[in-house]
Amino acid sequence: MFELFKTFFQIGFFTIGGGYAMIPLIERKVVEEKAWVSEQELLDLIAVAQSCPGIFAVNISIFIGLKKLGNKGAFISAIGTCLPSFLCILAIALVFQQFRENVYVEHFFRGIRPAVVALIALPVFRMAKSAKITRYNIWIPIVAAFLIWKLGVSPIFIVLAAGVSGYVYGKYLKEDFGS
Amino acid sequence: MLLLLTQLFGTFFLIGLFGFGGGYAMISMIQGEVVGHYHWMTMGQFTDIVAISQSTPGPIGINSATYVGYTALVNAGYEPYWGILGSFIATFAVVLPSFVLMLLISKFLMKYRNHSTVENVFSALRPAVVGLLAAAALLLMNSENFSSMAENPWRFCLSIFLFLFAFIAQKVYRLGPILIIVLCGVAGIVLGL
Repeated sequence: MFELFKTFFQIGFFTIGGGYAMIPLIERKVVEEKAWVSEQELLDLIAVAQSCPGIFAVNISIFIGLKKLGNKGAFISAIGTCLPSFLCILAIALVFQQFRENVYVEHFFRGIRPAVVALIALPVFRMAKSAKITRYNIWIPIVAAFLIWKLGVSPIFIVLAAGVSGYVYGKYLKEDFGS
Repeated sequence: MLLLLTQLFGTFFLIGLFGFGGGYAMISMIQGEVVGHYHWMTMGQFTDIVAISQSTPGPIGINSATYVGYTALVNAGYEPYWGILGSFIATFAVVLPSFVLMLLISKFLMKYRNHSTVENVFSALRPAVVGLLAAAALLLMNSENFSSMAENPWRFCLSIFLFLFAFIAQKVYRLGPILIIVLCGVAGIVLGL
């Protein structure tokens, strides 16, 4: 049990830049070192964790914990993955509060802000590719972005509406076109 | 304060429940609720949180939930130790749906992953998530993050330049996000942004 916690704590601590950066580390620790799951199982897990809502890395750790030790294992693994984030961010938040007014810190963050926007803009194109956007469905992201950007619609609502309309379209309309 | 904590919990529970498409898509949701709906912080503060979440260990979703929980409480005028409680509530709430869903549907989804119903839902969900991301980027392009031509032309032009630099550095030269963030931050100090 402690092994589970330790492994996911390490994985949480040593990956910077989001869930997908964690895959190689998870692979090495969980498949090669500990042999908790096979390579094929991990690939399946990744696919399922991607199609589930929530935080990718947490989903994976819950899956593996569940498989090893049941509910208790899932709980321990999830805590292990979250704890490094939690501690690091709290430490930074407490310190940052005091340096917020500092001129250099202010300049630093003014320089960072445009870069952050660029770092968020780029995955749009990367994801457009993996979501298989074609000229038939390109209106979906455009309408979704417009509703959120200009009309202030909540992204949560957009996800819900897209899921429901995908279901309805597939179930009741697609057959009519013989596909 | 109980109201604020309840709202934090509710918001992040929903974000965890509907957060398809990874950390960046979640950022769009957090932005919509935290800045757009509840006004717990400004767009500029939110951008700082995203920057820090990207450059510290751990998943971006967890990092930003922790940080937003803290900031929401502190911005509302509470002491930092209440901020820690806010962090805990937000982080717990964002993970809770994963936990419940995984336990319930892990077997179900494994079995039906290629089933047509699941496929149908995702055929619309995936393109919509791309729209979510685009909206997040567009919303961040405001005068608080870039300044404006009227307000401060020097800062505005430099911000545009740093934006293009970060975009090209990542796209063409494949520099890591942390390196880009540090470089732009240092440029901000040197150029007196």
